[in-house]
Amino acid sequence: MSVPTPPLDRSAGRLPDAFRTAGSSSFVEFLTGHAPHLLPGNRPLPVGDLQVPHGTTIVALTFPAGVVVAGDRRATMGSMIASREIEKVFPADEYSAVGIAGTAGLAVELVRLFQLELEHYEKIEGSLLSLEGKANRLATMIRGNLGLAMQGLAVVPLFGGFDLDRRVGRIFSYDVTGGRYEEHDHHAVGSGSVFARGSLKKLWRPDLDAAGAVRVAVEALVDAADDDSATGGPDRTRGIWPVVATVTEAGYLRVQDEQLREVAEQVEAERRATHEGRGGAR
Amino acid sequence: MSMPFYVSPEQLMKDRADFARKGISRGRSVVVLQYDDGIAFATENSSRALHKVSEIYDRIAFAAVGKYNEFENLRVAGVRYADLRGYSYDRADVTARGLANAYAQTLGTVFTTESKPLEVEIVVAEVGRAPEGDQIYRLTYDGSVADEHGYVVMGGQAERLGGLLADGWRPGMTLQEVLALAVRVLGSPTDDGAEQRTIPAQQLEVGVLDRTRPRRAFRRVAGAALEDLLGAG
Repeated sequence: MSVPTPPLDRSAGRLPDAFRTAGSSSFVEFLTGHAPHLLPGNRPLPVGDLQVPHGTTIVALTFPAGVVVAGDRRATMGSMIASREIEKVFPADEYSAVGIAGTAGLAVELVRLFQLELEHYEKIEGSLLSLEGKANRLATMIRGNLGLAMQGLAVVPLFGGFDLDRRVGRIFSYDVTGGRYEEHDHHAVGSGSVFARGSLKKLWRPDLDAAGAVRVAVEALVDAADDDSATGGPDRTRGIWPVVATVTEAGYLRVQDEQLREVAEQVEAERRATHEGRGGAR
Repeated sequence: MSMPFYVSPEQLMKDRADFARKGISRGRSVVVLQYDDGIAFATENSSRALHKVSEIYDRIAFAAVGKYNEFENLRVAGVRYADLRGYSYDRADVTARGLANAYAQTLGTVFTTESKPLEVEIVVAEVGRAPEGDQIYRLTYDGSVADEHGYVVMGGQAERLGGLLADGWRPGMTLQEVLALAVRVLGSPTDDGAEQRTIPAQQLEVGVLDRTRPRRAFRRVAGAALEDLLGAG
């Protein structure tokens, strides 16, 4: 099998013609034409089984001012913990966040490409894509990854952002074929998502404030970590907390570790109290 | 069979240079000025959509005069160059010097090999962590590059406005001061009999590379923010 090599640069230092061709504002489309070997879905795949790190649980929920996206910090490789401080929630641009479950290496590459895709459009067109437009671009990129997903290297994102036209927070989920589904109120993806969704259903309310929404997100991740071995809970020994971000009219804002430590301690204290009083399974 | 007329290379290049220069001098000038916290770009431009000043990358901006379709094409090429380079290597590896070289080669090749030179003049500027790290490159239609310090003027009245800026500019000015200077210079009378014009904020296109911003340093200054700055200056 031949590995594609970058085309020889015959331009002698000047900008290649492809750079000066009028047309697309999409960086991915530009790469497809000019440097396809840089796209994750375009590389030949060796046959065989492969153990690689997998990212696990991502949760998202809306609140009146916007949306919260949060992810735990664990990556697993089979039954082993590959990383206990991986980050799986990223700003996609100023008004949106993306969290990714699935093959960690590909996920991180895809996020970099998605961030660049949005920034590239913004610079070339001089305006932001609509939130639906961003969600659709992500769907196209996931679809381009289908070949890898068929071989077990799936990437499943959860996308949340503030819609500047409608002035609300919105959540989009995806499947590996690039199917895009708008979710209402809350959603979770990844191995711990079943438990996180159960938790979100009971805890989410339409009138949460930002701090309340952060608390619900952390609690959902704690519940996922409680029952799913691939999801990591807050690690007080090492001071590793989930990545939690709010996206509102003011833009993407990562919640500080100090606040997360307090929230995690509150959740833990409450559960300890109910457990000591034999007050239930929480 | 007819023989083509012989044209000496000197004459050919001179004709092309005259042609390009004539095209460029028709447009309104762009001024680029260093200030304490970054680099400011200003020009008289009534359009809100057809920009002469734009962002290329985190700490790099682009300003141009001349034919819009030609410099817009170069701007898009520059964004693609920077994004591709940042994606293949790292964001820190995209530099104004690299981009200025690529532009210079492109402009030079077009000037010598194609039927018509590009009627554009460009500034590529990169803001550093400190004023000493700022880089301003000025590129002309034939691909020559100049490494500028302090201030640059391009376009129609470049020489005359350059003289005015030389009198008014000094290192360490604030954004308010350089904008006031830019507006005064852009509105200065073209000949002795004419009067100084005051260019209203709506007619100005202003962008800054602000070194205090964390990642993407470029921002446009318009509307109320610009009026405040001009009023205070």
